[in-house]
Amino acid sequence: MCATCGCSEAAHHDHEHGHQHGHGHQHGHGQAHEHDHVPRRVRLERDVLEKNDRAAERNRGSFAARRLLALNLVSAPGAGKTTLLERTVRESGLPVCVIEGDQATSRDADRIRAAAARALQINTGAGCHLDAGMIERALPALEPAPGSLLVIENVGNLVCPALFDLGEHAKVLLASVAEGDDKPLKYPHMFRAASLLLLNKVDLLPHVSFDVARFAAAAREVNPRLSVFQLSATRGDGLSAWYGWLRARSGQLSAPSRAAAGADLR
Amino acid sequence: MHELGIAMRVIDLAVESSAGARVSRIVLEVGKLATVLPDALRFCFAAAAEGTAAEGAQLDIVEVPGMARCRECGGSVELSRPFGRCSCGNSDLEWLSGDELRIREMEVV
Repeated sequence: MCATCGCSEAAHHDHEHGHQHGHGHQHGHGQAHEHDHVPRRVRLERDVLEKNDRAAERNRGSFAARRLLALNLVSAPGAGKTTLLERTVRESGLPVCVIEGDQATSRDADRIRAAAARALQINTGAGCHLDAGMIERALPALEPAPGSLLVIENVGNLVCPALFDLGEHAKVLLASVAEGDDKPLKYPHMFRAASLLLLNKVDLLPHVSFDVARFAAAAREVNPRLSVFQLSATRGDGLSAWYGWLRARSGQLSAPSRAAAGADLR
Repeated sequence: MHELGIAMRVIDLAVESSAGARVSRIVLEVGKLATVLPDALRFCFAAAAEGTAAEGAQLDIVEVPGMARCRECGGSVELSRPFGRCSCGNSDLEWLSGDELRIREMEVV
């Protein structure tokens, strides 16, 4: 007998069942009832990530309304995202505010606030990435000043954040020479999704066997359009190029042909 | 890691559209280049469906091949990983298919 509808299988079941039958109960056989028990096909054609993508679209509208340059900063854990942001807050000359994503603690947001920028911490708990809904909910609390740079520091993870559009203008990927120079080939989705690749910790190059040319070639193999900057967020090498990139992109948003500049950024 | 969240979204979408009926089967298109592992998704799906109208539902995953067009010569390139090279030597490719993550249809009883 069927646990779902209570009918007797022998009475009218002449089709394959897609569900399990429970037999731990008894009910009368032969009871007369009529209902349609044939599976009905329902065409859906729905994107699984449509809810995220709709929130990302609303975020794009919020960023545009406040002329924010929104960047999604992604990396493996420990590549130096927060250190880079601390210096960027102090030295870039741009008004910066930061949404920090970590599984736990508010340490990163505390560091950004200590560098004198507005920061909001999102703890994802077991979650391995930020999604667009989290950013949408964070924006009213953060209240970024019009015309500022909004950096969304994603959870340190080179896999999942590649899949979730937050509505950002660009994904900036930070890698470091303390990692393997074959990383672009091992995590191709993220290197493909990024618009700018920053290679950090170049001050350590004399001490590690990291081949910069091999790394850059692998990155361009995966994403031929990727720009690559080398820098050291602790020693300061290459930071002026990064600040220049930020100012140029930020300037495009406040230029008269804002729509064209936005299109160029995507 | 994100497969559990994906599985939960799949179940939510199906249950929302089932108008209270029990969902017995879901057909999901997963592109070969999508950042989703079918085996991990199947594993999470069964657990995530427990206690919902899709409990015990069958999950059929249809893999969509990765296809791209060469931005240099216009030739078509089949991709089995998220990057590749056209026979003309160019690696700047426009993806045409392979990043799908879409519920095609379901069956309700």
